[in-house]
Amino acid sequence: MIVLENLRKSFGELEVLKGINLTVDNGEVVSLIGASGSGKSTLLYCINALESIHAGKVTVDGIDVHAKGTDINKLRQKLGTVFQQWNSFPHLTALENVALAPRVVTKKSRKEAQEIAEKQLVHVGLGDKLNHYPSQLSGGQQQRLAIARALAMEPKYMLFDEATSALDPELVGEVLDIMRLLASEGMTMIVVTHEMSFARDVSDRVAFFKQGVLAEIGPPEQVMTNPQDPDLQRFLSTIG
Amino acid sequence: MTQVFTTLQWSDLWFLLEGAWKTIQISVVSILIGTLLGMVFGWLMSLKNRALTFGVMAVLDVFRSVPLLIQLILFDSFIAIAGFPMPAFWSGTIVLIIYTASLVAVVVQSGIEAVPVGLRNAARCLGLSYWQEMRHVTAPVGLRTAFPSWLGVALATIKDSALVSAIGYVELLRASQILNTRTQESVKIMLIVGLIYFAISYPLSRMGARYEQRQKS
Repeated sequence: MIVLENLRKSFGELEVLKGINLTVDNGEVVSLIGASGSGKSTLLYCINALESIHAGKVTVDGIDVHAKGTDINKLRQKLGTVFQQWNSFPHLTALENVALAPRVVTKKSRKEAQEIAEKQLVHVGLGDKLNHYPSQLSGGQQQRLAIARALAMEPKYMLFDEATSALDPELVGEVLDIMRLLASEGMTMIVVTHEMSFARDVSDRVAFFKQGVLAEIGPPEQVMTNPQDPDLQRFLSTIG
Repeated sequence: MTQVFTTLQWSDLWFLLEGAWKTIQISVVSILIGTLLGMVFGWLMSLKNRALTFGVMAVLDVFRSVPLLIQLILFDSFIAIAGFPMPAFWSGTIVLIIYTASLVAVVVQSGIEAVPVGLRNAARCLGLSYWQEMRHVTAPVGLRTAFPSWLGVALATIKDSALVSAIGYVELLRASQILNTRTQESVKIMLIVGLIYFAISYPLSRMGARYEQRQKS
């Protein structure tokens, strides 16, 4: 379970998260929607401690993420993160990209790590690209590679930060398909997205952010078909 | 009348090759240690700690900005005056090491900074520690970017090692000057010396070209 309590975060004078409360249960898929700059991505980075926080608390399975004694490297193994930019390691093949963390972090043998990697690459449909370098893969394939790489650590949670925003339109589908697959397998996911159909079809709950505030949250049929917040109504009509 | 000048002999070539061997020795030691030191300095400067960067830069800038010849003579004189005279090989090598390190530092710094932050974050998000990320992602990716510039520094070090002759070390250039004085056949000697320098540098530069070719394919 991921719990955010009164989470506050500022960049200089600008407060980007103004006291967020949110609980994500195991097995739940929560989509975060809202205009650019509303604080959605920052929120994800506060969960995996890529960003520090100024007030409040983030706990993952009861562990305070930002507490001094927390072993963040260990905690991050539970939190798979997929970014807008796929960030494939350019010097490694697809197989090595995925096998790196199991080998280095969890000290699996080379053979074991490669077996894990192969399994995950097959999982995301890249079973025939094991020995390809990232430069030989399309954007969609690289993003699936990034998902496989995160899954290889057997995370309990997956955080997606606009995973399809940097992709050519024709490549978005293949990545969304994998995300749907993960959701159907019961993965707990927090998904920052501009893909409204994904938010509507796959999420258990949709959260609307505006100017650092969680303005509205609920099941997609409620939030997306019968929005209460006037800004959300406007947002949905422009993006939808 | 006694003959002052004697013509060039085969044994002189051996004398030149001995000088060349010393050039290789001083170059290899300077490039190796200078590169290692430069990597540490470059890494320190990439940490974005203002005080640290300022301190390291200030020192390295001195070595980068003052002509090597002057550094060599000053250092050699200074240690002699200070009462720690050392063989010219070592005083020359020490200066060349620091000079090389100051150039490599900038190359390494820019290599590290060329690695996208997103790439480093992605690695950290997989649970890699700072050093694991450094070892498996930033170093291989960044050093690849830095390699062509590093090669330039290494080749320059080989050629700059000729300046160590100024403090009395008989390497290739100094050996040629001695022969010059004796034989007065400067054109012939310089031609041979040029060829030897080329023979030392060429393999390194070929190696670099092949490496870059391999990166592209």
